[in-house]
Amino acid sequence: MAGAASTFRGTAKPVERPGAWIGRWLLIALALLFLGMFIVLPLVIVFAEAFRQGWMVYLAALTEPDALSAIWLTLLTAAIVVPCNLIFGLLAAWAIAKFEFRGKSFLVTLIDLPFSVSPVISGLVFVLLFGLQGWFGPWLREHDLKIVFAVPGIVLATMFVTFPFVARELIPMMQEQGTTEEEAAISLGASGWQTFWRVTLPNVRWALLYGVLLCNARAMGEFGAVSVVSGHVRGLTNTMPLHVEILYNEYNFVAAFAVASLLALLAIVTLVAKTVLEWRLSRDIKHKAG
Amino acid sequence: MASTFLSRLPFRPKPSVIPGFGITLGLSLLWLTLLVLIPLASLFLKSATLGWEPFFNTITAPRVLAALRLSFGAALIAAAINGVLGLLVAWVLVRYDFPGRRLVDALVDIPFALPTAIAGIALTTLWAENGWLGALLAPLGIKVSFTPLGIIVALVFIGLPFVVRTVQPVLQDFDKEVEEAAESLGASSWQIFSKVIWPSIMPATLTGFALAFARALGEYGSVIFIAGNLPMVSEIAPLLIVIKLEEFAYAEATAIAAIMLIASFLLLLAINILQRWSERREQRG
Amino acid sequence: MQIEIAGVSRQFGNFLALRSVDLTIGSGELVALLGPSGSGKTTLLRLIAGLDRPDAGDIRFDGVSTAQRPAGERNVGFVFQHYALFRHMTVFENIAFGLRVRPRKERPSEAEIRRRVEELLNLVQLEWLADRMPSQLSGGQRQRIALARALAIEPRVLLLDEPFGALDAKVRKELRRWLRRLHEQLNTTSVFVTHDQEEALELADRVVVMDRGRIEQVDKPVQLYRNPRTPFVSRFLGDVNEIDCNIIAGRPVVSGLDTTALGTVHLPNGPAKLYVRPHDIAISGKSDGAGLVRFVSPIGAVVRSEVELPDGRLIEVMQLHDHFELRPLQPGDRVALSARRGQVFSVTP
Repeated sequence: MAGAASTFRGTAKPVERPGAWIGRWLLIALALLFLGMFIVLPLVIVFAEAFRQGWMVYLAALTEPDALSAIWLTLLTAAIVVPCNLIFGLLAAWAIAKFEFRGKSFLVTLIDLPFSVSPVISGLVFVLLFGLQGWFGPWLREHDLKIVFAVPGIVLATMFVTFPFVARELIPMMQEQGTTEEEAAISLGASGWQTFWRVTLPNVRWALLYGVLLCNARAMGEFGAVSVVSGHVRGLTNTMPLHVEILYNEYNFVAAFAVASLLALLAIVTLVAKTVLEWRLSRDIKHKAG
Repeated sequence: MASTFLSRLPFRPKPSVIPGFGITLGLSLLWLTLLVLIPLASLFLKSATLGWEPFFNTITAPRVLAALRLSFGAALIAAAINGVLGLLVAWVLVRYDFPGRRLVDALVDIPFALPTAIAGIALTTLWAENGWLGALLAPLGIKVSFTPLGIIVALVFIGLPFVVRTVQPVLQDFDKEVEEAAESLGASSWQIFSKVIWPSIMPATLTGFALAFARALGEYGSVIFIAGNLPMVSEIAPLLIVIKLEEFAYAEATAIAAIMLIASFLLLLAINILQRWSERREQRG
Repeated sequence: MQIEIAGVSRQFGNFLALRSVDLTIGSGELVALLGPSGSGKTTLLRLIAGLDRPDAGDIRFDGVSTAQRPAGERNVGFVFQHYALFRHMTVFENIAFGLRVRPRKERPSEAEIRRRVEELLNLVQLEWLADRMPSQLSGGQRQRIALARALAIEPRVLLLDEPFGALDAKVRKELRRWLRRLHEQLNTTSVFVTHDQEEALELADRVVVMDRGRIEQVDKPVQLYRNPRTPFVSRFLGDVNEIDCNIIAGRPVVSGLDTTALGTVHLPNGPAKLYVRPHDIAISGKSDGAGLVRFVSPIGAVVRSEVELPDGRLIEVMQLHDHFELRPLQPGDRVALSARRGQVFSVTP
């Protein structure tokens, strides 16, 4: 990536000390063994367990009503959370990347805050606010509104947890691109909105998509925070990860792993897309430099 | 006077022809405040209303202390393992070319992308006494699933990408010429690593370690399946918060959460300082 | 269009980028802002474009203040230092941008846009690049596309920030000539920023030399080179020997250098500084001359030599090859030196 240095590294064939290859392959083997045990096997076992009793059982586990309602709730949550965080990410990235102001790095730290909070606490804070004993609890009960142990709570907790994803991908990308293209657009008579749509957004589209993908993966897979606010009502407030937990705790391993395999698949698809996007991103950056 | 005073206030931009500063910053701050800051603040306010005595009694209860000790201890050990093995993986990925390197590189992100509950049940099955890996260890009398060892395994899994992804770019940008200079001056491979390379990647490794530690400390989903969750033995602090909540002991749950949150903030501060240090290092080099 | 800059100041934190600058740029003029980095030249250019606001003073276009006019309404063509081409748009779309973002009522038809863009591509002689992406162009091509894009809005003023800064020497020379011709053709009031004195002197009708936020001198290139009015301008424009001298009865006195040709100067007796260009010093070979030749290099268009004066100071001298061949020099020769032209400035700033 670092221009001349890396091309040079690619072509240089230094005279090695005798026996250097032993150390090299030893390190490679060690790294691969570790990754194999800790990352590849867990992924493989999800699918192995899911298909242990064949396709029919697998499909049955996925089409059972509770599973379907969990899938539906997960999709619904993501469909609300991702656009919200996408809009927030764009707003925050525009303010942070295109302007110089005091308190900027502090603001970036605040945006990252949900990453450093335990998922359990992310759920707990909403129980404290909206739960029966919470601050807004009595008021909510009077008006017959339910947030905690209902879908709104799940959406809120998921939004909290996935809050930084889009902003975090966009900010460095937009900062690196600087402001001259925007200045050029404005000096050519474009309005702020035109500048954003025609110049800024197309330039960050891959980073944006990448952020959305990550946000989506996390939104669909969030467990801890959602578990605290959901109340685990089967068929009503169960998302896919919660449904996996219930099935697993009931020793219904095949069904648990079947639903899990969908989420694992989502993770794999996300990573493949990420790899492709990263390739495009680095190409865009090279274009800019070249 | 007035203008210099105004320019010292936070969030006042330098003049720019690009429009939209006020509205974008305003809306992001509003969103941030409503969704993140107020909920987090409510946690502290709630724990403040407890009164010092009950708060102190809660967090010094043996079961709570044991959970906190376990959470911090296991997170620390897991982060240390990740520090070493993550460095190894980053090194291998940057320095060596081998078939499938790009695939391996992509795999490193699996713990980021895989929902934690899925990781939890997969790891539990894998390391159970009759599991693929657990069965190998069973004859040696080592049990992983349903013991504190299992917690460490889960935390190593979720923390791995942090170290790899912070060290990797620094290692990639490391000036090969410096290393070649050291070699031409007669340094051995180990001397080159310990005296030339390590000093420049150390801040990044520490940052990765701290990030992995912070993540491990609050982790819930992947741990609760594999831990066995025996009070005083293998019950982590986040789980204890959930248990207290289920018992409707909101005050106690809040007190434990407040401790965890303060620890997270301190870690965040440390990570910020580390990152700045690391960036300064890079710039100097 | 005429541009008047009146008492303009700009400060960034504690850094004074411009200190009460006054300047008038005539209609149709091609003016260079020349100075080292940090002299304020780019800041001034951005203020004219409206990309930044002055802290004090006013900039008037044809007598009308621009204080309330945002950049997009100034009708100014700005060519950025690194071109700032929209990297996701083709060359065609880049040039068409300024037309496409006009309010619907003023926007030309698609056919008209096409015609205008083709005309501009023709003007910058890059018709065949219309469908390329900016990343596929060479530096010189990007430069010309950036110019075409700026010209698309029919600007009343053309502003160029270090237009040739990022190009290699050969392309730079070609483009310089081309820009000169283009300006003759369009006759748009143009201002460009440069730190390269050769570029400024060769291209501009008038050159504004700036240093530390102030204008040092504004003049035609020849005047500027022949009669620099400050030590800074002397130093900044071309090579110059900076020699300590003593003023005695209105004459600069330097031991080992004949300064009679300079005439009298209006300075009090005492120490001063004499600025003489290397080609303004004549060498005559006398075995009893006060100068000692230390180094001779007959490489290049002229012969360069260094001569040591009695007090140990080294003076750089340039001679034409013809002169040199008539009377070749060698290190160790004794020579007499005389200054044909030079400036004397007092030492107190």
